[in-house]
Amino acid sequence: MALTYEEVISKYEPSLGLEVHVELNTQTKMFCGCATVFGAAPNTQTCPVCLGMPGALPVVNEKAIESTIRIGLALNCSITPKSRFARKNYFYPDMPKNFQISQYDEPICTNGYLDVDVETDEGMQTFRIEIERVHMEEDTGKSLHVGGATGRIHGAEYSLLDYNRAGIPLVEIVTKVVSGTGKYAPEVAKAYVKELRDILRSLGVSDVKMEQGSLRCDANVSLAPIGSGKLGTRSETKNVNSLRSVERAVRGEMIRHARLLDKGERVIQETRHFQEDSGGTRSGRSKEQAEDYRYFPEPDLTPVAPAAEWVEQLRSELPEKPSLRRARLQSQWQVPDKEMAALVNAGAVDLVEETVALGADPTRARGWWLGEISRLANEAEIELTSISITPKDVARIIELISAGELTDKLARQVVAAVIAGEGDPDSVIATQGIKVVSDESALIAAIEKAIAAQPETAEKVRNGHVPAAGALIGAVMKETKGQADAARVRELLLGLLGQG
Amino acid sequence: MAANSRISREEVARIAALARITLGEDELTHLASQIDGILDAVAVVQEAAGADVPPMSHPIEVNNVSRPDVIVPSLSPEAALSGAPASEDSRFRVPQILGEEA
Amino acid sequence: MSDLIKKGAAELATLIASGEVSSREVTQAHLDQIERVDGAINAFLYVDAEGALAQAELADKARGNGSSSALNGVPLALKDVLTQKGIPTTCGSKILEGWRPPYDATVVTKLKNAGVVILGKTNMDEFAMGSSTENSAYGPTRNPWDVQRIPGGSGGGSAAALAAFEAPLAIGTDTGGSIRQPAAVTGTVGVKPTYGGVSRYGLVAFSSSLDQAGPCARTVLDTALLHQIIAGHDPKDATSINAPVPDVVAAAKSADVKGMKIGVVQELSGDGYEKGVADRFAESLAILESLGAEIVEVSCPNFKFALGAYYLIAPSEASSNLARFDAMRYGLRVGDDGARSAEEVMSMTREVGFGSEVKRRIILGTYALSAGYYDAFYGSAQKVRTLITQDFSQAYQKVDVLVSPTTPTVAFKIGEKSDDPIAMYLNDVATIPVNLAGVASMSLPAGLSEGLPVGFQIIAPAMKDDRLYRVGGALERELHKQWNGPLTNQAPNLVGQ
Ligand SMILES: [Mg+2]
Ligand SMILES: [Zn+2]
Repeated sequence: MALTYEEVISKYEPSLGLEVHVELNTQTKMFCGCATVFGAAPNTQTCPVCLGMPGALPVVNEKAIESTIRIGLALNCSITPKSRFARKNYFYPDMPKNFQISQYDEPICTNGYLDVDVETDEGMQTFRIEIERVHMEEDTGKSLHVGGATGRIHGAEYSLLDYNRAGIPLVEIVTKVVSGTGKYAPEVAKAYVKELRDILRSLGVSDVKMEQGSLRCDANVSLAPIGSGKLGTRSETKNVNSLRSVERAVRGEMIRHARLLDKGERVIQETRHFQEDSGGTRSGRSKEQAEDYRYFPEPDLTPVAPAAEWVEQLRSELPEKPSLRRARLQSQWQVPDKEMAALVNAGAVDLVEETVALGADPTRARGWWLGEISRLANEAEIELTSISITPKDVARIIELISAGELTDKLARQVVAAVIAGEGDPDSVIATQGIKVVSDESALIAAIEKAIAAQPETAEKVRNGHVPAAGALIGAVMKETKGQADAARVRELLLGLLGQG
Repeated sequence: MAANSRISREEVARIAALARITLGEDELTHLASQIDGILDAVAVVQEAAGADVPPMSHPIEVNNVSRPDVIVPSLSPEAALSGAPASEDSRFRVPQILGEEA
Repeated sequence: MSDLIKKGAAELATLIASGEVSSREVTQAHLDQIERVDGAINAFLYVDAEGALAQAELADKARGNGSSSALNGVPLALKDVLTQKGIPTTCGSKILEGWRPPYDATVVTKLKNAGVVILGKTNMDEFAMGSSTENSAYGPTRNPWDVQRIPGGSGGGSAAALAAFEAPLAIGTDTGGSIRQPAAVTGTVGVKPTYGGVSRYGLVAFSSSLDQAGPCARTVLDTALLHQIIAGHDPKDATSINAPVPDVVAAAKSADVKGMKIGVVQELSGDGYEKGVADRFAESLAILESLGAEIVEVSCPNFKFALGAYYLIAPSEASSNLARFDAMRYGLRVGDDGARSAEEVMSMTREVGFGSEVKRRIILGTYALSAGYYDAFYGSAQKVRTLITQDFSQAYQKVDVLVSPTTPTVAFKIGEKSDDPIAMYLNDVATIPVNLAGVASMSLPAGLSEGLPVGFQIIAPAMKDDRLYRVGGALERELHKQWNGPLTNQAPNLVGQ
């Protein structure tokens, strides 16, 4: 018999640990001057340093240090007066030097926290997630597995390596053990990653695109019987590539652990991989022995000792916290809690803010982003933030509606065309010949045609049976290919039939 | 091997695997005794310094050496791949990789 | 044989600058000498005759355009541990066979910019691990003073090339003595600059916190001229010192030790130092004293731990630095039959591609860094480093430079110590403390012991490299008077003479 989630949480208390890797959006790599453009042709952004060629040496990117300190400050961390790089030694073909330059016992930021809000049965509740450390390291290359099942490592005949990603600056953000979340563990995990993403975005330090891998989350989950006061054995789930997956992965692991524990079996401490299709996890290679990374101070690099004044300056220049900003915007826009939460969940706050800044009415801007555009994003299975229509486009469309140059229906048509890549609203309107038919004589001609075609219906209307007008209006709209303003058609029709 | 040896043959085999070096039986035996001898000789460092002596990882102490975030031209993919034992489609071709799903 | 090859770099540079002889002629004379003697010496792993002659022509043109370089057109032998674009770089290892780097080391860039002509790449102990050049995958280099003997190591190729007149200048690298010990046993001059004084960019790392490239030549002034060219800050090396290079050429020319305090390190003498070595050292001290220097005894009690610390730190860093040689991106690949995994191919390639000394050190270093042993081994060694540095700074409160014999013995016979690593390591007992502390040091010839060269070591504080040249220049001037020229003139049977 399989336990349900409700049964799991009635018996066990979950603990979480979240490790987030963020690719910084610096112009160049962590230790060399190669560009970091996503999606460039293979091995076009490589040099002796990031290919780990004999004799090449790393030099730290100062922007990466600045970005990491800003992240640490935004997460309420202490900035280490003197931190150091270390080498993490292990062999893997996607890592050119067979060691990763990382930070070990002397990370640049430590002991912070992040408060996240989660909707609970008792309303909005704040959970404090404590941050253990924030440190700098470098990304690995990418391997493409050829032969066997496509793209899968198992059964591949050989692999092809592209080192464009190797050496891109990574910041690793590690939480302390998160406990006390009870049944909300999956939601808390998701809210944490989301809040973190919003902060990183507000800092402008990363593209934070989970689907492109610029923000990656590993979720550690363990269960212990309620009241035991102990920590259970944890599993570490990698490959969690969306916010929704964070929640699913945590929930899935909680259920998997509980089922094992219920049968009296042991949870194995291991790395597991999230399966996007099933929502489950699969065991990685089980390790015969604990990893021995042989960390030691990186002799090719000097310590990082940021001046206290510089750190204070960076602190004073931090942008408004996303949570405070949300509260401010909510009151400016006069949005109820639920709707604000919907905007936040859809990742639409920035989009609406920008649209409003371009002159659009907040209510209308919200309506478009959360309505039609969200619907199209859902259909295409992409994030709202990745859809190819800009706040500027939306503001223009709203402007055209207000001016009576677009009906709601036409506007939807324009939105779809802009998203389909047919150009900005004005060029879509021009090429598709979209316009509201406002030429009254043409409308009257169409109405007269409809009356002539349906004399009996017209008679009913004349006799005061106004609802019958719908059929006539429909015919007129059909005749004008939807480009007429339905309200005006109704007005004119009723006038002609003596009901105005 | 001496009874009070610092490192066993099995341990040398484990370390060799960690260092990704295949060792034949004879080589392993020979190496284990040599390394044991060297460890014996270098273990003198343990007597030298107490807890109050700070470790030194760098001969000349300098802090904060960094570079500006400015793009420098990369190698051409041809140059990058020029030494590769095998390549395909501008990528390094390597034998099948065991281990974790990437 | 052209008499051009007997001339030093300074003299050749003057002749080239005045137009009396062309760089092309000088370069050709050295290429001819290599052709004539290198079969017996094996100093070179690769001779780039075509490239060298092309560089020589450029240097001749630069002369016409008024080149201001002090060594324009002078040939040089480059240790095969530095990258030169398009030229095979093996580090004496099979694992890099056939690799042609796509970039120049900063030292190479500086040499090229100065119009120095690079003749080729010289032999060395594999990845600079050794004191005899017997650990080269491409056969040992032989000492021109006696081809049955080692030329020192790891830079035996560079030192032997100088002693056999195959080149007037050479570049070496020194991690625990690899410039100074070969200089000592071949009767040449070699300098390990202050750590960070010369860029390590393009120097294939053995032990990053100890490695340092430096100049080698047959005279102190030639060494200084080369030092001046290769030294200086490099933004590509984060450990490179961002400060002006001391004027070593002026120091070599002044060669004035009057009033200097010279400290004799008590711990670097006595048992294990052969009589001829001790005698030449004592005579050199007497000369320096006669020139007005004050000789004082100093004690560096922690030097006795230096060898142990070195043979933990260097292998540890090496185990990490050499991890990149894995058959994936460059160099040798063994066992790739389509069925084996990347891991298996890595392990097989590293078995075949590395020689036994390299494997020994990688395993030693991997062990010293591994979980549970780090504190006892690597951690303790790092503390010893602190103690040795303190010994140096205390000594430098009393004296301007320290001195000792460079090596306890003269060159030993090839094969004599090849399977006794500890005996081999003892060769470096006097040179290693220098690397651990990052200070500057020179070895120059002090005379002969039973017909073989003896080296005199000078050690100066960090960034005071000029003091090496003042003391070395003074001692050399007096010794040259006795010998009627460089020590190499005292070698009737020298190969290449
Ligand atoms: Mg990490
Ligand atoms: Zn690069």
